Amino acid sequence: MNSSSGGLRSLKKEKFAGVIRVFGLFLLALAAFALVLLIFGKNPIRAYLDIFGSTLSSGYGLSETLVKMIPLILTAVAVAVPSRIWLINVGGEGQLYLGALFATWGALTFSSLPAWLLLPLISVLGFLGGGLWGGLCGYLRARGWVSETISTLLLNYVAILLVSFFVFGPWKDTESANYPQTPEFSEAAVLPAFFGTRVHVGLVLALAALALFFFILSRTRWGLEMRAIGVNSEAARRSGIPIGRYMVILMFIGGGLAGLAGMGEVSAIQGRLRPSLSPGFGFTGFLISWMAGGNPLGILAAAFLLSVVTAGGDILQMTQAIPGAVVNILMALILFVILARRSGKGAAK
Amino acid sequence: MDSPPFILLQAITKKFPGVLANDQVNLEILRGEVHALLGENGAGKSTLMKILYGFYRADSGEIFQNGRPIQIRSPHDARKFRIGMVFQDFIQIPALTVAENIALFLPNLPFLLARANLFRRIDEISKRYNLTVDPAAQLGQLSIGERQKVELLKLILADAQVLIFDEPTRSLAPHEIEGLFRVFANLRRDGYALIFITHKLQEVLVSADRITVMRRGRIVETLPKNEATAEKLISLMFGEKEVDSSPPRKEFLGEKNPPALELRQISTRGEGLKTALQNINLTISPGEIVGVAGVSGNGQKELGDLILGLEPCSAGQKFLFGQDATSWPVSRVRGQGVAFIPEDPLQMAAFPWLTVQENMAVGHISRYSRQKGLAIDWEAVRGDLNRSLMRLGFQIPSLFAPVGVLSGGNVQRVILAQETAHDPRLIVAFYPTRGLDVRSAAAAREILVSFRNSGSGVLLISEDLDELFALSDRLAVFFRGRIAGVFTPEETTVREVGFLMTGSKGAGTS
Repeated sequence: MNSSSGGLRSLKKEKFAGVIRVFGLFLLALAAFALVLLIFGKNPIRAYLDIFGSTLSSGYGLSETLVKMIPLILTAVAVAVPSRIWLINVGGEGQLYLGALFATWGALTFSSLPAWLLLPLISVLGFLGGGLWGGLCGYLRARGWVSETISTLLLNYVAILLVSFFVFGPWKDTESANYPQTPEFSEAAVLPAFFGTRVHVGLVLALAALALFFFILSRTRWGLEMRAIGVNSEAARRSGIPIGRYMVILMFIGGGLAGLAGMGEVSAIQGRLRPSLSPGFGFTGFLISWMAGGNPLGILAAAFLLSVVTAGGDILQMTQAIPGAVVNILMALILFVILARRSGKGAAK
Repeated sequence: MDSPPFILLQAITKKFPGVLANDQVNLEILRGEVHALLGENGAGKSTLMKILYGFYRADSGEIFQNGRPIQIRSPHDARKFRIGMVFQDFIQIPALTVAENIALFLPNLPFLLARANLFRRIDEISKRYNLTVDPAAQLGQLSIGERQKVELLKLILADAQVLIFDEPTRSLAPHEIEGLFRVFANLRRDGYALIFITHKLQEVLVSADRITVMRRGRIVETLPKNEATAEKLISLMFGEKEVDSSPPRKEFLGEKNPPALELRQISTRGEGLKTALQNINLTISPGEIVGVAGVSGNGQKELGDLILGLEPCSAGQKFLFGQDATSWPVSRVRGQGVAFIPEDPLQMAAFPWLTVQENMAVGHISRYSRQKGLAIDWEAVRGDLNRSLMRLGFQIPSLFAPVGVLSGGNVQRVILAQETAHDPRLIVAFYPTRGLDVRSAAAAREILVSFRNSGSGVLLISEDLDELFALSDRLAVFFRGRIAGVFTPEETTVREVGFLMTGSKGAGTS
């Protein structure tokens, strides 16, 4: 299209490169992780066959991979959006919990509403919950009070404790003995799933968020202004772009998307609010976003790979008799690879 | 010639993506000469010298020293071959003293610094070449001229024999330039080879022994001093085209109300490294160019930021077009038709990884948004930008290229075109012709004058006193955040302003 700008064209060219980059980083981390497995006296090839075989060779495995991809894509975009203006959102996890909390409140309070009303309502509430949690950090940063990296990180713990407070306290289900959990959601508050699997409508929301993010960034006034701030904030300030407002709004949107992931988990997967809501989706999303360098197709690829890895942890525990938590080592290795690449690049400048 | 030249560059060729920066360039540098490298922007002067200093590697060609081929792969190599370069932006550590800065640069820096010895050597050399600076002074306290001296001392102490200067007079006051040329003469006497890159004709004619003119990556001709005249050099630089250097001016239209800008008793805090403005009173009427003379760092940046709304004032009031604008945000100031050409366009106005047309769109985003911001009218952006470029007579390689890959002069052209595209009512222009060649500079001056003639107010901040005198209706001299004097150009002289802006008022000679 001749109306598109040159920068946009280069963005499109990068698309494929983003996917290659993600796979490259991933392979590098896999190779390093193989060493770890060898040290444990395990056969890494066997272990990888177990992980990929179980997740990719059956319909069920694939569908479970997709299920995990939903919150991962959303939390990755939650990091990618503010990262465009160099805001580091480490609070995806907390924003996810807050979103789940708000959505649960809606589902429990308005349980008698019909699904066509209740589902949009709890979606909006989920977005709002995460958004407020993120937007707060954006506001603190815009005023120059607290770095968003610090505030988002610390608020994670607050959010998780807040959820615990409600499920152990006021919202505790009286019927489920001593289990800390809320009553089950009404039928109308459960997001519909596809073809008898656990893959739910959240997938559409996640893909839409990803597409919308790309569209806004490349086509609209706001995307141009965001890129301008990202490239040269000093010049942006001088041409009158309200950088502070962008900080608040982008953190709100980012937080909101993570909140939406939380809503999806409670509504479609758990059906109720529990303290163990997420196995660290927010942190993995952070990893995905930086793996992909904010590139949309890269996010999709990285979300897929890490979803396989997350699922693979359980498999390893069963087949190789090693703790499921070893996949965290793999995740950490990926992070190191990314960090090494970035600082290597910086040193080369 | 019997003995081979000290340095010989032979058939040097260097390509950058899309640009042939140096094309089969041959250049001889002799001991005991001041060799000027003259040419308009993008002629390839800096590239050639950066190849000699090891910053870039030539695609082909050879370098000889005293007839022997040498390989220069890095600045480190260049220093081994006794080649040194004084850059436009010095690489210095402001928090350390002069002596410490020099010591850091010396090869085989001893483990324990022999302070007395170093001081003695600095003293010796600075006396010999008229480069007097206090070795114990903290570098951050020195003026640009003094810092340049430190840079030169560094090279001489490190035993460089070839001294390359990249536009050394850019930020100097007139009497400092005279001083620099005296230093050149002393160094030449002692057999140093001096190369200096410039596009200022007058300086070349005053100081150089030989003048090499470059155009579009090639050497046009090397002239000895006695054959060079201003007309000849201009025709060599630009081919046969005429260059008109004095823009036409109308009579000052007289004061109309309300003024484009009025500052009443403005003071600012000057936090951190900023200079505090103190009690500034300044009015710019529509149809008037007010020049601000001063060595940079005397409050010009803060003045610009204040007008733009970035720097809050601690006292006083600011009026734009008759409205109290003291607390307006930047976007509102911009929206009223205030154009801003900053002193460092790459840092303060350009978005390097956005394309030329995207830069233009960001600058006037409200004007080009369609469907409430969902789309951007690129046709209109390009149309307006092309019209503005045409009006200035500028050519830009491509509107789709990222601004970051353009040369410094082209970035300045883009910013000028972008900022003047929508007939601003007030133009705040910092060094608008810096980095531009003679012809583009003339075009930039012309556009400022034509806006003035059609009723815009212009605040022109410059260090080029000739430019200020030629363009300004009134001239304010800034020194340490205060206005040291306001004149019409007829009332004063370049020399007097030069002394006022360096705070050396009353001194008879330098």
